[in-house]
Amino acid sequence: MTLLLAILVGILFTIGVYLLMQRTPARLVLGLMLLGNGTNLGVFVAGGLGSDHPPLVPAGAEAPAAATADPVPQALVLTAIVIGFAVTTLAAALIWRTQRDNPDNDLDALRRTET
Amino acid sequence: MSTPALLGNLPAAWALALPLLVPLLVAGGALLFPDRARLQNALGLLGGGLLLGSGIIILKGSLAGPLPSVRMGGWPQGVGISLGADPLTGLMLTLAGVMACVTLLYAAEDRRRSPFVVPLVMVTLLGVNGAFLTRDLFNLYVWFEVLLAGSFGLLVVTGGAAGREAAVKSLTLNLLGSLFFLLAVGATYGVAGTLDMTLLQDRLGLVFAQRPALVTGLAMLLVAAFAVKAALFPFHSWLPASYHVPPAGVCALFAALLTKVGIYSLLRILTLPFSAVEGPLPLLGIMAAATMLIGVFGAVTRQEMKSILAWHSISQVGYMAAGVVLLTAPAPEMRIAGVAASVFFLIHHGLVKPALFLVAGLVARLQGTTYLPSNGGLYQERPALAVLFLLAALSLVGIPPLSGFWAKLGVVQATLAAGQGWLTAAALGAGIVTMMSMIKIWNEVFWKARPETGDDDHAGNGQARWVATLALTVLITLVGLQPRPLLNWSEKAAVALMADRDRTLDSGEAQP
Repeated sequence: MTLLLAILVGILFTIGVYLLMQRTPARLVLGLMLLGNGTNLGVFVAGGLGSDHPPLVPAGAEAPAAATADPVPQALVLTAIVIGFAVTTLAAALIWRTQRDNPDNDLDALRRTET
Repeated sequence: MSTPALLGNLPAAWALALPLLVPLLVAGGALLFPDRARLQNALGLLGGGLLLGSGIIILKGSLAGPLPSVRMGGWPQGVGISLGADPLTGLMLTLAGVMACVTLLYAAEDRRRSPFVVPLVMVTLLGVNGAFLTRDLFNLYVWFEVLLAGSFGLLVVTGGAAGREAAVKSLTLNLLGSLFFLLAVGATYGVAGTLDMTLLQDRLGLVFAQRPALVTGLAMLLVAAFAVKAALFPFHSWLPASYHVPPAGVCALFAALLTKVGIYSLLRILTLPFSAVEGPLPLLGIMAAATMLIGVFGAVTRQEMKSILAWHSISQVGYMAAGVVLLTAPAPEMRIAGVAASVFFLIHHGLVKPALFLVAGLVARLQGTTYLPSNGGLYQERPALAVLFLLAALSLVGIPPLSGFWAKLGVVQATLAAGQGWLTAAALGAGIVTMMSMIKIWNEVFWKARPETGDDDHAGNGQARWVATLALTVLITLVGLQPRPLLNWSEKAAVALMADRDRTLDSGEAQP
């Protein structure tokens, strides 16, 4: 399972990097999204895929009955997903505005910052 | 909290939380009054003053002796997020406080200012201060995102169409850096089972003894991530595409703090969680030398004052990284000298580069542009401005008795003593080209006659802008004339970092 997920992370990264190399603004956003999700999945897998029991203590007990999944990577990924969502939204809004400023749909034509 | 340690008159936990609470509250408060610019100014300057005050309290406390790290919410180590402060943290927080005051003072008279400027400056400072205080690897990632969100926001609301393009470019590259960082954090947790930096030091030390390649690889990923933030070659290209775009006040804030957070994080992770690893450092040395040279060569080719200054920021980051590289030096005093040089350079550049950007802002106000061929004649028109520029520029070049001389002297002495003569050569070579590019600005903006453009002086400069610029220039001159205190503090910061690095395993609270 770990190996399968690791390969999936690799595929997501490959497509993400490929999209980043394109000159169309929309592909830039898509590439960033795929890379972000690949990273999130990578963090999750690197944290270790152990038990699939939720890390909850039953009512009245002191400790969970069986070995549970480690909650920390889940918390990390949850935080990272939220941050990634916010950044992706910002990137999408920015790209939309820059496309209105530069209608020819080409990232290489963004030359306003070169002085 | 069993240790009721005091900082000034405050419990340590409160003192360490202040640099985070103040910007958070001011940002929220200023957002409540979007159309009352004066109230926003007052809130912002009050917040800046409080930040400066809390920075100084923490600096004084940390210089007096090691402070206990504080876990927010009283959670045990390894579960809660630790905040800590050593002299380096204190110095950086104080610098952030100075820059908060200067930036907001400079921006106070801008009548067309967006109502989001004060809140976003505070959010950026929140992220910066959080990165300086935290002793938790994942928390550091979160603070990086906070400061990036704040800085992208500032680019967008102050930069117009060019600002949006700049934000696209710097967001893409910085996001890639963040992804490296996040991946390294996740993998580090998988290897070591904790994210608390002090615990990580113990556990990664054990793992490193068995699987050095794995831990070195993680350190490499982190170094790459921080190299993006610090704009080290070959990850520098977001900086010249974005630094010079916003108005001068915002440029000053960026130049003072954004790249510094990258260098600070390098120093922190290489002396605390990854103290056992030396693998990335030779590579970092090559990157540092290349950064110094490529930065200055980029600068001399530019025709716009702020763009020259932005390229210069890259070159100067190389000097700071050169000090970090000396962590591999054979003798302990060489390592301390290297890190101390790096710390002194951080503070020096954090004051000088903003001063130059503020001068560029005054030039833009007076002549409507900072495009060098259209500038000119300011030496005759405004000799006071020429003096301000000259002081800051000569300090950047490293002419005694200004702060840059001591900063460069530190780097040169430390690299020579450690037998890294090629870094010394790069530093001195870059210094000469720095001189050339500053002379270029001097000739074009101040010395030559102004080309006849027919447009009159733009809206005059208010007093607050001059006061902000003057305050920074006075600080640089004072540091130059009286370098002893800052040299001592840098050395104490380096000693504290090296004490962390050489901490023996059994003194930690390592538990399986």
